[in-house]
Amino acid sequence: MWEYTDLVQEHFLKPRNVGEVENPSGVGDVGSLACGDALKLTIKVDENETIVEAKFKTFGCASAIASSSALTEMIKGMKISEAEKITNEDIADFLGGLPKEKMHCSVMGREALEAAIADYRGMVLPMAEGEVVCECFGVTDLEIIRAVKESNLHSVEEITNFTKAGGGCGKCEDKLQKILDDCIGDTAKIKRVAKKPERMTTLQKIKKIEEVLEREIKPALRQDGGDIELIDVDGDYVLVSLRGSCTSCTKSQTTLKEYVEKKLRELVLDTLIVEEAK
Amino acid sequence: MKTSPGQEIYMDNNATTKIAPEVVEAMMPFLTDYYGNPSSMHVFGGQVGESLREARLQVATLLGAEPEEITFTSCGTESDSTAVLSALQSFPEKRHILTTRVEHPAIKTLTENLETLTGHKHRVTRLKVAADGTIDLDEYAEALTDDTAIVSVMWANNETGVIFPVEEMAAMAKEKGILFHTDAVQAVGKIAIDMSNSAIDFLSMSGHKLHAPKGVGVLYVRRGTPFVPFIAGGHQEKGRRGGTENVASIVGLGKACQLAGEKMEEENTRVKALRDKLEEGLLSSVPRSMLNGHKKDRLPNTSNISFEFVEGESILLHLNQYNICASSGSACTSGSLEPSHVLRAMGVPFTAAHGSIRFSLSIYNTEEEVDFVLGKIPEIIASLREMSPFWTGE
Repeated sequence: MWEYTDLVQEHFLKPRNVGEVENPSGVGDVGSLACGDALKLTIKVDENETIVEAKFKTFGCASAIASSSALTEMIKGMKISEAEKITNEDIADFLGGLPKEKMHCSVMGREALEAAIADYRGMVLPMAEGEVVCECFGVTDLEIIRAVKESNLHSVEEITNFTKAGGGCGKCEDKLQKILDDCIGDTAKIKRVAKKPERMTTLQKIKKIEEVLEREIKPALRQDGGDIELIDVDGDYVLVSLRGSCTSCTKSQTTLKEYVEKKLRELVLDTLIVEEAK
Repeated sequence: MKTSPGQEIYMDNNATTKIAPEVVEAMMPFLTDYYGNPSSMHVFGGQVGESLREARLQVATLLGAEPEEITFTSCGTESDSTAVLSALQSFPEKRHILTTRVEHPAIKTLTENLETLTGHKHRVTRLKVAADGTIDLDEYAEALTDDTAIVSVMWANNETGVIFPVEEMAAMAKEKGILFHTDAVQAVGKIAIDMSNSAIDFLSMSGHKLHAPKGVGVLYVRRGTPFVPFIAGGHQEKGRRGGTENVASIVGLGKACQLAGEKMEEENTRVKALRDKLEEGLLSSVPRSMLNGHKKDRLPNTSNISFEFVEGESILLHLNQYNICASSGSACTSGSLEPSHVLRAMGVPFTAAHGSIRFSLSIYNTEEEVDFVLGKIPEIIASLREMSPFWTGE
């Protein structure tokens, strides 16, 4: 059982502004049945650019319904210019907080508001134009980058809590980690440079490489019908042979360099160079 | 939104059950005066050992087994792990495990770990299920290989109550010399089980699913089955499971098994009639609602119903206002973001999977409770649908 604040419970059990505004000035439609939550926000804006009416329809859990109810209460009587500054944290704060796993409900509220304002202005939201990273929940890279920066996220788990990305099959976790690394890369790079290079004997190196291949790399490749074998280690050169569907894959070199080499550098030694044994 | 003890309408018995008053009574002496260690040489402990023997007999009687085939464990999950890992260690040359896509996390997670954490030593085949949650025996027969170390198939599914033909499956495995384990946590006490006339090698059960306390379970191991202990230690349980026995709970489990045997007919008549009344009432009064799972081959106490276009956690929290306790396969109740793997494996569409509610009854439920629930749910679903952007009317 989730621990909901009294305000979340109140807005869930007695939601305010349920329904649809007649002849709305703007409509924000986000989420889907497949995702498990969806919100349709309708707003009426007067000639002074003030939101005079806001209503919602929500399919979802208690925190999704409470976030929607809270959002409509927050924006009623607000100028559009003020409403567009509302963040998901504001919605969560209004409710006295949400469980961390439920923060995506407040993000859904913020997204619906943005969509409704964009619709009112006759604009298309840039977030929808990003590249879909999480296929399960249809989350784009732009949405993830924004969540990482706005909410100061530091792990893939936090990204999932805030955006749902990675909460389905989990196949996009590596992509999420890369986006996260790129977003907070500057700090990470400084730390990496500052780290003194480790010394390893060849035997230690081989053992460690084999361990990482077994634990991290092979499971990922096997999900796509591929595999990899360690052939030799010569100094910093790691010779490998691709197996299964990886052998015929046109992106095998990208896999080797962008995934295998990066993973080995991250987890074994940052000077390693991965090459395919011919 | 807290409920008050004694006022709850408890329909979540597949999660856990109320401890029967008779069980509490049986346990009390072992929580107070009779605290001796059953392994002790002195009479004070020895007499406790006598009670352990009686409990073992009571469990064996319910299962149609011999007392020496009963090993007490801490829970069903431990029993599951013990059975599977024991088989793998007994046949180290075999790498294949055969199971289903709808197992309880005790087996689901264990087999996933065996695939990934042990350097891919083990290969797992997970049998599909049909839309009504049943297994295709032809697919099962094809999946049995010379490399299969163990088959692990639950006797009855915890979410839908669907009963699998484990006796037949065990016989098919035996023909190929393959060990067969069944997680019977949900089945024991609800349907007749007779291990004396079965090919099943391992069976797991759990105390708190049949009105005994939490923290006690049983692993049945057919006589002659190769066995490697999961918890090594003392000589308890004839060396099959180290650790001082949880005497009070074991005595409680013994009593619960005795009661379950006596109440089996009630489970299959009165409880089933209540379940059917609840199910038929809901399906007829709530539009766009549907049963998940086979209509007949099912535990007598379980009904899993989907209410389309609404979300399960929201339903449960509204039920909570009336002290009604049920369970949901919706993602939001589990901390996961995806709905129940069981319902997804059955191909239940998202429109329904997110809004599934499991009602699991027991001998303590009454007709008045069923009537009360039938009176509340239609209005709860209607109010949530009013709020749903996908609901366009009946």
